[in-house]
Amino acid sequence: MSDKEIDETTGVETTGHSWDDIRELNNPLPRWWLIVWYISIVWAIGYWVVMPSWPGISGYLKGTRNHSERANVEVAVAELDAQRADATRRLLTAPNMQAIENDPDLQAFALAAGESLFGDNCATCHGAGGQGFKGYPNLNDDDWLWGGKLEDIRQTIRYGIRSDHAEAHLSLMQAYGAGGLLPRETVDDLVHYVRSLSGQEHDEAAAMRAAPVFQVQCVQCHGAEGKGDQSQGAPNLTDPIWLYGGDAMTIRETLWNGRGGVMPTWEGRLSEEEILALAVYVHSLGGGE
Amino acid sequence: MSVTDPAPSSELSGGVVRHEVEAVNAAGTRTLYKAREPIYPKRVKGAFRNLKWIIMALTLGVYYITPWIRWPRGPGEPDQAVLADFAGRRFYFFFIEIWPDQLYFLTGVLIIAALSLFLATALFGRIWCGYSCPQTVWTDLYVWVERKIEGDRNARMKLAKAPWTADKIRKRVSKHVIWILIGMATGGAWILYFHDAPSLARDFFRGDAPFTSYFFFALLTLTTYIFAGSMREQVCTYMCPWPRIQAALTDEETLEVTYKVDRGEPRGAHKKGDTWDGRGDCVSCRACVISCPMGIDIRDGAQLECINCALCIDACDDIMKKVGRPTGLIAYDTDANIARRQAGEKPTVKLLRPRTILYGSVLAFVCALMIYGLSTQATMVVNVLRDRTPPFILMSDGSIRNAYTVKIVNRENYTRDLKITVEGPDGMVVGAVGEKAEGATVTLDAPGDTVRSVRIFATMPPGAAHGASIPVIVRVLDPDTGEEVLNPTVFMAGRE
Ligand code: SF4
Ligand code: SF4
Repeated sequence: MSDKEIDETTGVETTGHSWDDIRELNNPLPRWWLIVWYISIVWAIGYWVVMPSWPGISGYLKGTRNHSERANVEVAVAELDAQRADATRRLLTAPNMQAIENDPDLQAFALAAGESLFGDNCATCHGAGGQGFKGYPNLNDDDWLWGGKLEDIRQTIRYGIRSDHAEAHLSLMQAYGAGGLLPRETVDDLVHYVRSLSGQEHDEAAAMRAAPVFQVQCVQCHGAEGKGDQSQGAPNLTDPIWLYGGDAMTIRETLWNGRGGVMPTWEGRLSEEEILALAVYVHSLGGGE
Repeated sequence: MSVTDPAPSSELSGGVVRHEVEAVNAAGTRTLYKAREPIYPKRVKGAFRNLKWIIMALTLGVYYITPWIRWPRGPGEPDQAVLADFAGRRFYFFFIEIWPDQLYFLTGVLIIAALSLFLATALFGRIWCGYSCPQTVWTDLYVWVERKIEGDRNARMKLAKAPWTADKIRKRVSKHVIWILIGMATGGAWILYFHDAPSLARDFFRGDAPFTSYFFFALLTLTTYIFAGSMREQVCTYMCPWPRIQAALTDEETLEVTYKVDRGEPRGAHKKGDTWDGRGDCVSCRACVISCPMGIDIRDGAQLECINCALCIDACDDIMKKVGRPTGLIAYDTDANIARRQAGEKPTVKLLRPRTILYGSVLAFVCALMIYGLSTQATMVVNVLRDRTPPFILMSDGSIRNAYTVKIVNRENYTRDLKITVEGPDGMVVGAVGEKAEGATVTLDAPGDTVRSVRIFATMPPGAAHGASIPVIVRVLDPDTGEEVLNPTVFMAGRE
């Protein structure tokens, strides 16, 4: 006992530790505390037995309760599906798509589901807000290649564009230059004619030369006035919205090499109700045509 | 000072009985893992004991009765005055209703509670511990039950040592049964704060209540029974952080339960007829020690274990009256006053000190903020988020469109017809999918007690809007109440 230091005020022995002359009292630990510690050790051993615990070479100790977070998640997802079953059924049995938009509850359900589906599947090409990129259309505007009505959007999502689905939208912008369909000078003149349609700067004489060519070569898809045709996915050439670009360079590139962007078919990858929800969401992005 | 004293009590002044007892925290030989020393606090009578009875009745009354108070709020809303509705994500307190986005009010309440505790502790020491801490209140109640069944200190000490006779078994069993019943009432009241009390009580007995209710009922029953029944002072001394913190909040001017060493020492037994000259007033009877629920000796000075329950004040005052000395040998006093008296100065109480002024003003500030916040609470909250992908949209006719997501929190419990107007340059047209629109105004309804989210589109005709961003205001108006919220934002018109 002689080597133990005793604190004067409390009469308690100290641990001998000293920080800036503040010394630590060696007060006894209450016995019940020690007992609680032993109990928690026993509890831990029980826990190993009951719950998944030790890792092994090919797997792990599963525990007597066979608890599995993965299985729990599956159960939770199934529960969620069950909770949504009613709304899903109403989505699928709606007489037409307009009816979905007219029912605020159903619309809210479709919009919420559509938004998350869009983020997971569509945002890669069309951007997080559907803003699009060069070659990938902006879904927020009112310029639709294959139609912006609910049913049109649903068709496009379901079958895709130039996808490998039998029902896919098909059409091709020919490679007028590279394919040898038109001579180089005519292609150059056509660039001016196309720019004249949307009121952009152009060479009037060149445009005049190309006008008859347009009426022969392009009119079938883009129409006599160049307003396009949604049944063929032919863009309107008179508005300021361009999928690839409306500058002379890009238009010439389009005419020379042709275009044929691809959107995959989502049938089979997304369920029928998911496609419905997505269509309602995409429709809402564009302000609803 | 020796623990035993030869003089029999008949020879002592006032017939004072001297007790052979040592404080449980007395310095002495200690084993490494110390078993709890049983404490048998003796019953005391006096002003502070009465005050404690009153506070006990009040606090327990408030706790057990509050969930049953009704407070009608209208159809579809709970009529329980105090309710933490986790499922509905609302907190109700009489006329106050708190939504999840207003959790800062609860933070405010917690800050006010902490600051009040700081201020009270700086002024009067551990009055929270001594009078109103649940641990103290329920322990006091359990000790009262124990005393009713087993008798006062001496009888209880005897019973503890006695063999297990039928009488002892009867007393012990009835004590524990009553303790458990009190614990069950405590756990039972707790769960009522989280559900509609009458229907939960009915479901509870039918076995239809939610699992969490049974769980917390069992948990609180168990903790009440163990903490107030067998742990008692161990909770205060070893489990509670407050005794450690309070040392930083008090100073030498803090009024605390204090043994006035300057008056009491030198202590010693006092025989009838002896003079009081040249000695202190403490007659070494240890009435203070045996009445202490913590089992300590206040004469050792301020110490971690002392919860400032003031029962030793009552005990000592009683002795002082018997021996014919002035009361208040143990009293609410300050360290500074002891020093003052020893120096021959007049004792004073200094309530206004930099510390208390600081705690008090911060407390007043936070209270004022809370009152302001609660009294100006809006029944409609609006958030406007401008779409950033894309920042603006070029339409086929050359007009420019921006989209905004408007979130409207309707805190009223009825559906409100609202008008959303985007105030900007002339010619702006506003629309929303599926909603009525006219010019720059969209009309829609916001169902009661919900958050309505709507995406609105503002469009400027071709060539009408120029510049990177034009300031606009999204105004949400309830034409019926006249309440309106203005949200400034911008309209992006392109890069030129
Ligand atoms: S302080 Fe009072 S109660 Fe305590 S031993 Fe002294 S005289 Fe007795
Ligand atoms: S010393 Fe006095 S005030 Fe402190 S806990 Fe004991 S009886 Fe209460």
